[in-house]
Amino acid sequence: MSNVRKEPSMEAQKQMLAGYFGELARAKEERRPVVYTFVPGNLVELLAAFDVAPVYPEVNALQSAMRQRSGGFIREAERAGHSEDVCSYVKCDLGMMMKGNVGPTGEALPPPDLLLLSFTGCFTFMKWFELLREQYKCEVAMLHVPYQGAGEVTPEMRAYVVEQLEREVIPKLEKVTGKKFDPDRLREQMVRSRKAEEDLAWVFRAARQRPSPIDAYFGGVYYIGPIFTSFRGSQAACDYYAQLRAEVEERLAAKAGPITPDGPLEHEKFRLVFEGPPNWTSFRDFWKVFSDEGAVAVASTYTQVGGTYERGFRHDPERPLESLADYCLSCYTNLSLPNRAAVLADMVKGYDADGFIIHSVKSCNSFSAGQLHLLREVEKLTGVPGGFIESDLVDARYYGHANIKNRVESYLQMLAARRAGAAAPGAPALAPEEVRP
Amino acid sequence: MKLYLGVDLGSTTSKAVLIDEHERVVGRGITNTRSNYDVAVEVARRDALTDARLAEAVRLLGGDAPAVVEAFWLIQDLRRLERLRETCRATASAMPGEGARLAPTVDLVLTRLADEADTLFSAAARGRGSFFRDVVGARFHALAEEVCRRGDVDFERLLGVYDRAILEAENEIVEIPFGEAFAAAAARAGLSPDRRTSAEAIGWHVARTPIDLAGFVGTGYGRARLPFPRDCIRSEILCHGLGAFAMRPQTRTVLDIGGQDTKAIQVDERGLVTSFQMNDRCAAGCGRYLGYIADELSLGLHELGPMALRSKRPSRITSTCTVFAGTEVRDLLSVGEKREDVLSGLHRAIITRAMSLLARSGGVNDELTFTGGVARNPAAVAALHDMVEAHYGPRTINVDADSIYTGALGAALFARRGVPAEDLEEAKECTGCSA
Repeated sequence: MSNVRKEPSMEAQKQMLAGYFGELARAKEERRPVVYTFVPGNLVELLAAFDVAPVYPEVNALQSAMRQRSGGFIREAERAGHSEDVCSYVKCDLGMMMKGNVGPTGEALPPPDLLLLSFTGCFTFMKWFELLREQYKCEVAMLHVPYQGAGEVTPEMRAYVVEQLEREVIPKLEKVTGKKFDPDRLREQMVRSRKAEEDLAWVFRAARQRPSPIDAYFGGVYYIGPIFTSFRGSQAACDYYAQLRAEVEERLAAKAGPITPDGPLEHEKFRLVFEGPPNWTSFRDFWKVFSDEGAVAVASTYTQVGGTYERGFRHDPERPLESLADYCLSCYTNLSLPNRAAVLADMVKGYDADGFIIHSVKSCNSFSAGQLHLLREVEKLTGVPGGFIESDLVDARYYGHANIKNRVESYLQMLAARRAGAAAPGAPALAPEEVRP
Repeated sequence: MKLYLGVDLGSTTSKAVLIDEHERVVGRGITNTRSNYDVAVEVARRDALTDARLAEAVRLLGGDAPAVVEAFWLIQDLRRLERLRETCRATASAMPGEGARLAPTVDLVLTRLADEADTLFSAAARGRGSFFRDVVGARFHALAEEVCRRGDVDFERLLGVYDRAILEAENEIVEIPFGEAFAAAAARAGLSPDRRTSAEAIGWHVARTPIDLAGFVGTGYGRARLPFPRDCIRSEILCHGLGAFAMRPQTRTVLDIGGQDTKAIQVDERGLVTSFQMNDRCAAGCGRYLGYIADELSLGLHELGPMALRSKRPSRITSTCTVFAGTEVRDLLSVGEKREDVLSGLHRAIITRAMSLLARSGGVNDELTFTGGVARNPAAVAALHDMVEAHYGPRTINVDADSIYTGALGAALFARRGVPAEDLEEAKECTGCSA
């Protein structure tokens, strides 16, 4: 693994992550309350205002998968009676818990004092926390987030979420921490959130250039790491995103492509938009399927599950609770299918993409339900053909490398053939001289 | 002759097609894909080149051609049989202790087999899609059983010799110089002395005609194994789309069910793929599934379709998972369901799965062309007709006798139309494609 190429900011992030898991391991010793919560719609600024330590079970699952440990955890959960069809994030987390709740870096994770469910767009989240509540017998705070069925956030929806923050979430946090809510501390966090969000949005928008200096999906999942989790609102996040932006600015000025694990991508042949989460168990191989073909992700929907920053969302210190409500309501998976199709179509057009790939994961109904319909709709809206591949989040049994490679290569060759029109009947032969190989 | 080569390295069979500058098919070759992909490709490619020369020689010869063609291929088979005999002898002799008894017995079996060769390898007896290994294997088995019954050699030991020898023999490339083989074929076909003289001259003339491979493209399941430059490799989805379109220009949807995967492909009015869907990781509902079921029922693969067509009341098979379906078949047979009904149900299950992929790819809005090994199965074709009509209304469904060459044809067309000159330059370095 030593020859894997990384951006300097990736090294910085690795340190941040190691520090984070170290802090979690010390949380009980330092009498710091622990809150388990999920990435979509997370209220990390509010948690930081109470000085609690947040744990993200999905992040643990994907980190375990990238370290090839998810398979054992999943089998553990299945031995305990969870069906093969249950979301693999859930089983990975439960399996990890059953094996002593040792986190991806090898340090023990603290048990929760509060389970904070701040996004209900994923029904599995509720069931997941029900199982954890059974195990830990701790407080649960649930924020019901209305679905954007009609395609917009109405004032009533916002007010409904704010009311729950005031009546349910904040009192529970006050209870487990013994501290009074301080709106000024929340505002301070949000000022820093906003700064980091500006830089991240700039980084993603840089992919509009040719060649794109970033890979907005495979590289993008690293870029969203700090801001989607415990670092948003921290000075560390501001520093990280300033560093990332400077790196991307440099590549942009040099007209250089993204850094892949095998080195810089020198020839951008295909610009693609991605829908759906990546596979984590074979992440590098999955990326390589595309990078080997000169395919670059110029935009992705997965990098919007924890904040639609490219589309303009920013945390607003002037209206902190309302902005938290908007954040929860605007999760990408809380959008209706027509809205998601419009987001994808905007990306295809705005980033001048040659095509789009839908990666349908078995585990995640929030993403996967309706994706074939989405494929056809985006094709209609853009006139650009889509490609469809299937695997899973953290269950390696559902990742078929040869099948994915075959589909992706076929799709890219289809785009190339359409671009060239080379297969048109009567097209001239391209070999004037005779060749005897 | 300036020709373009397409090679389709499938999981079950390897095919090669040669086309000329006018995109006419001039030669085809096919062989079973062995454990050795490189040999399979080489055999298919050489057969296609030989086929192209044979077609040219026959054209020049005129008249009496079918008899010469049949004799020509028989001569190739006889040479292979001779090599098999030599390999069997060597294998038996090398077996410690038993060699002295096994060698003459295996020789006796192969002598009898050679005596029947004319009938055994005749085009009619051999049938479509049977390879040397299939034809010889079945007859060796029967003759060996007979010989062993009367002698003191153990049947299983004898089969062991054959199994080892056939692997070696079929991975050996046997080639007779074209002129020599054509002259021998003319003699064997019983041509008059004058015409034999003429055939000999034609044979040597065609053998001397240089074939320039102006382009080549490889495709298929094992395409990554082909000794071709990267840009001379195309996805089988694109090749099947273009190949089917070339065979039937009204085609707008292609269903390809091969050994390992099922593909539903939509093409436009130029034969370009606009959309496709294929099965997930497992080969459920593909050719392998039928092979597995055939083994379960101790039937030949080619027997499944005709038997299923005799069904009046297809069983309901709920699984297309190969392993689960095997269990389900045993369960159904154990409760007394007829074999033809179970088989009919299985074929319907395969096509039901294919229908789902067709729907996902965009449906059947115009002519559908069915390709791949499973398209040779009459029960699969019948089920497809039924279900397409039920879902989409009456549609033309094309099933060509030569549909197995669709991918290779598409590859050859890509070679003719689209390989950039610099890749062909690079290909000069490539030793795997020498004509």
